[in-house]
Amino acid sequence: MSAYVINLVYLMLSVALLLGFIRLAKGPSLPDRVVALELVASIVAGMVGVHAIYTGVSSFLDVAIVLALTAFLAAIGFARFLERGGPRDD
Amino acid sequence: MTEILVSALLLIGAALMLLAAIGIIRLPDLPTRMHATTKSGALGTALIMIAVAFYFAEVAVVTRALAVIAFIIVTAPVAAHVIGRASYFVGVPLWEGTIKDDLKTSYDPETHYLRSGFEEDVPKKPAASKKTTAAKAKPKR
Repeated sequence: MSAYVINLVYLMLSVALLLGFIRLAKGPSLPDRVVALELVASIVAGMVGVHAIYTGVSSFLDVAIVLALTAFLAAIGFARFLERGGPRDD
Repeated sequence: MTEILVSALLLIGAALMLLAAIGIIRLPDLPTRMHATTKSGALGTALIMIAVAFYFAEVAVVTRALAVIAFIIVTAPVAAHVIGRASYFVGVPLWEGTIKDDLKTSYDPETHYLRSGFEEDVPKKPAASKKTTAAKAKPKR
């Protein structure tokens, strides 16, 4: 696998991770932060796939599966928490 | 040949994820941000997983990559729906340039009741809530 492509993909995903983290830090409301967290988990799952290609170790895909699963559960949990909590000011 | 295909898939997937991140940082309110992240984020992950499947080309790896794709495609719309619903109920403000909010005239935040518009027994709300936020949209942003 050409190292140039791998490095470029890593760079793009890192910039995306940084932008997602900025929204996570300054997001005006809690649902904004939850959406940013979901995006960060999805980017990290993609990064795990790229790392599996880079190292040639296919077992990293299990990490991607677990990441996608836990991100979904976290989103559902936060949504339940929001609906139970009622109006808030954050 | 495989290398070109894998490279193209990786680059397109990473570009979609970068697009999703730019969208989440640039768009003005929560539903538009979810519009950016849910679709292109899921598609970016799916393309990277397809690249992994093509690169390894073994049955076990392809199965796991397809499992990740199926899981993301099934769960991303569900999570987006649930978060959007919760944020509307909580009262996260929409962008002031929003011109269409169908729930505003049929959803009652106090009683948590959603009218379909075809009931006879429920008293109709006065048409005062007809004016949308577009009427008072300020050219601020």
